Amino acid sequence: MYELGDYGDYITAWCPGCGNHNILKAVKDALFKLQLPPHRALFVSGIGQAAKAPHYINANVFNGLHGRSLPVATGARISNPELTVIVESGDGCHYGEGGNHFLAAIRRNVDITIIVHDNQVYGLTKGQASPTSSEGFITKTQPQGTHNARFNPVQVAVAMKAGFVARGFSGRVEHLSGLIQQGIKHRGLALIDVLQPCVSFNKVNTYGWYNQRCYILSEGYDPTDRNQAMLVSEEWGDRIPLGVIYKNDRPAFEDHFPVMKLGPAAMRPARLDTLKEIMESFS
Amino acid sequence: MEKNSLNILIGGEAGQGLVTLSQILTRAIVRAGYHIIVTQSYQSRIRGGHNSYTLRLCPDEIMAPREGLDIVVALNKETVELHSPELKPHGIVVLDEALDIKNADHITVPFNSLTSDKFWNASAVGVVSGILGLDESVVVRTASDFFAKHAPDSTEENIKSLVAGRNWMKGRATGFQKLKQPEPGNGRLMINGNEAIALGALSAGMKAMCFYPMTPATSIAITICEHAEKMGVIAEQAEDEISAINMAIGASFCGSPSLVPTSGGGFSLMAEGLSLAGMTETPVVIALAQRPGPSTGLPTRTEQGDLEFALHAGHGEFPRAVFAPGSVDECFRLTRKAFEIADKFRIPTIIMTDQFLADCYCASDPFTMDELDPINACDPEVSPDEPFLTYRITATGVSPRLFPGLSHECVVAHSAHELVIADSDEHTEKGHLTEDLSVRVRMVDKRNRKNDGLKRHIVDPTFCGNSDPDLLLVCWGSTRGAVHEACDELREMGLRAAYVHLSQVWPIDEDSVAGILRAAKEIVSVESNSTAQFARLLRRETGYRIERNVLRYDGLPMTPEFIIEKIGLGSRNV
Repeated sequence: MYELGDYGDYITAWCPGCGNHNILKAVKDALFKLQLPPHRALFVSGIGQAAKAPHYINANVFNGLHGRSLPVATGARISNPELTVIVESGDGCHYGEGGNHFLAAIRRNVDITIIVHDNQVYGLTKGQASPTSSEGFITKTQPQGTHNARFNPVQVAVAMKAGFVARGFSGRVEHLSGLIQQGIKHRGLALIDVLQPCVSFNKVNTYGWYNQRCYILSEGYDPTDRNQAMLVSEEWGDRIPLGVIYKNDRPAFEDHFPVMKLGPAAMRPARLDTLKEIMESFS
Repeated sequence: MEKNSLNILIGGEAGQGLVTLSQILTRAIVRAGYHIIVTQSYQSRIRGGHNSYTLRLCPDEIMAPREGLDIVVALNKETVELHSPELKPHGIVVLDEALDIKNADHITVPFNSLTSDKFWNASAVGVVSGILGLDESVVVRTASDFFAKHAPDSTEENIKSLVAGRNWMKGRATGFQKLKQPEPGNGRLMINGNEAIALGALSAGMKAMCFYPMTPATSIAITICEHAEKMGVIAEQAEDEISAINMAIGASFCGSPSLVPTSGGGFSLMAEGLSLAGMTETPVVIALAQRPGPSTGLPTRTEQGDLEFALHAGHGEFPRAVFAPGSVDECFRLTRKAFEIADKFRIPTIIMTDQFLADCYCASDPFTMDELDPINACDPEVSPDEPFLTYRITATGVSPRLFPGLSHECVVAHSAHELVIADSDEHTEKGHLTEDLSVRVRMVDKRNRKNDGLKRHIVDPTFCGNSDPDLLLVCWGSTRGAVHEACDELREMGLRAAYVHLSQVWPIDEDSVAGILRAAKEIVSVESNSTAQFARLLRRETGYRIERNVLRYDGLPMTPEFIIEKIGLGSRNV
């Protein structure tokens, strides 16, 4: 039996009031409720304020390069299909620098849970527009307001038939913890886009802004209905839906490889007898 | 003098069946006991264009391709036009009657009357094997094996066509001097550099291979993909090269020795990942098959232009090892070594070849598969009773290793002490990011200490020839064979010549290399690039300035003839 405290209690480098604090709380709560042993979980992150989160959790950690957390996480699953792999990074990391990996990971449907701290701004580099910034969002590097259309990760994931697509809000910790628990339990890729205020660099999408708009999808909502999910994922502006927006039961990437049923790669000897036969086929 | 060997060129358009003809003929030649060196020249297209496959065969061991042709097998007119000028005296051209080229010296084969259009290349195998005087039963058996695998429904027609070609050739005088019969080959492999790298990686216990296709590295991936399932290996085509190396690092971090095959452009994209492997101290092996750059360059030709890039790629300072095999056999052995060193020191290692060696078939004795020390085995030095330190400061710079989710005994982890933390930021011993600048210095020193250990495992240079030579040829990587044969010829001309070849180009043992250079009267660096990158490396490391270079950068492989001519002794009466 693990206590909540077993998942770590660290002093963070985040601003007071930052949405990251509540996301961290929700992640630990989810691990605790699932009673996931810390040494059986691997957190992979990139670079950014959000990517520091794994340092504040007791678990295995690989804090790699900006945008490249998903390939590392995929590699981890290839090696050890018994590890619970959770990817945590920001919107810039996943949807900007790592955009190609985001699309590829959805297509692969690797059994990982992606938690995106989506604050619609670059925090670590002090306030440039991110892929999810709204059009017209003014920053020091976009003084006329960003001209780029807002990237809608949830709708892209639904369009690509990702295995599990959800949206949470850092202001609703218990709801978010529930989404994370479902995401971890889902066999295949789970995307949880988490709306999160940046109190230092995003003066538009504040707690008040989100609180006014976010609503939790009703219990009658059917996340397996993709047409409806496309409509719901389109919704943004006056009303923003939270919850599991779409899911399906596509086989996970790992299910295609018989060898993965044999456990972690490090525990399997090299098959030199087979290799000798292969070598003989060259003669 | 050149050994008693033959050069056969098979030329035509892509899609004409050149591969089938070449593969069967080459394998039959190897099975007959000959040694071979194959060079492939192809254009970056699937259909059309001019492609050629040049096979040098010899009853004795050979190491390099040669210029000049003895037999041209022309699948189209262009081959006749392009390659007839390369024919040696008494050289012959074999072509299809339908090509309508009138020349009494050519062997014009009426393929249409021997076989149907579909099977003409099997007939051509029969004709050429007849000219060479290969044992018919070996040729038929080789062709049967090939077709059973690639076209089982038409094996019978193919063999019939082959025999028809062979019979047509019987009794025809060609004036062609056949090679002497070789000693039996005893199970030699017909294998190229890329395939040898694939087998080397599998034999080293590689469990993950991540790649993005790029000529001329792709056939490493193809070979591994073909055997992945039965070898229990995961081979994954990544969305790009950045993903490939990061995926390999993730796989290695969790316990799979990992390989990333690529070429220059892809390797450029991997530079940040290479640096990540250095910082997180994650072993990864990169197979870098070079082609001429910059940028897209000549995608299907050969060059050794990426040496300095491989030595320096990736920002920041971190230890690495770079290997450059000089033969197909070394491709196998040094790939194993690259895995061993990467694992032992927890660093990235690079194995550098080029299009020539990647595609170069040779007749190789079977590789020894004696088991290496188990790679990536869990580390008994890790104590389960105290918190694990991923980057524990040690005298060697190498820290005990644990894989996430596993214990030191390589069973599933059972204690929360067994947490592995790795960070691309500068980090504490535990693995958490830090800005404590005294920790920074200790970590830099720790990583750099691996260089001392690396230096104790350097592959010795190959030295061949007079020990205090008048002329010393210096080379690295794939040019070894050409330099070896050139050196033999120089000695036959009466010159006190020798060569030194480095199959590990980083780190190098500067004292022993300087000793070799010091003993020579004159030194010439032989490289397939335009700026003598290796000579510059040796100057930096040993202080010796090599004044003369033989540099080839027209995209073609180095040959003994090219070296002799550039050295300027070709016509000198020594």
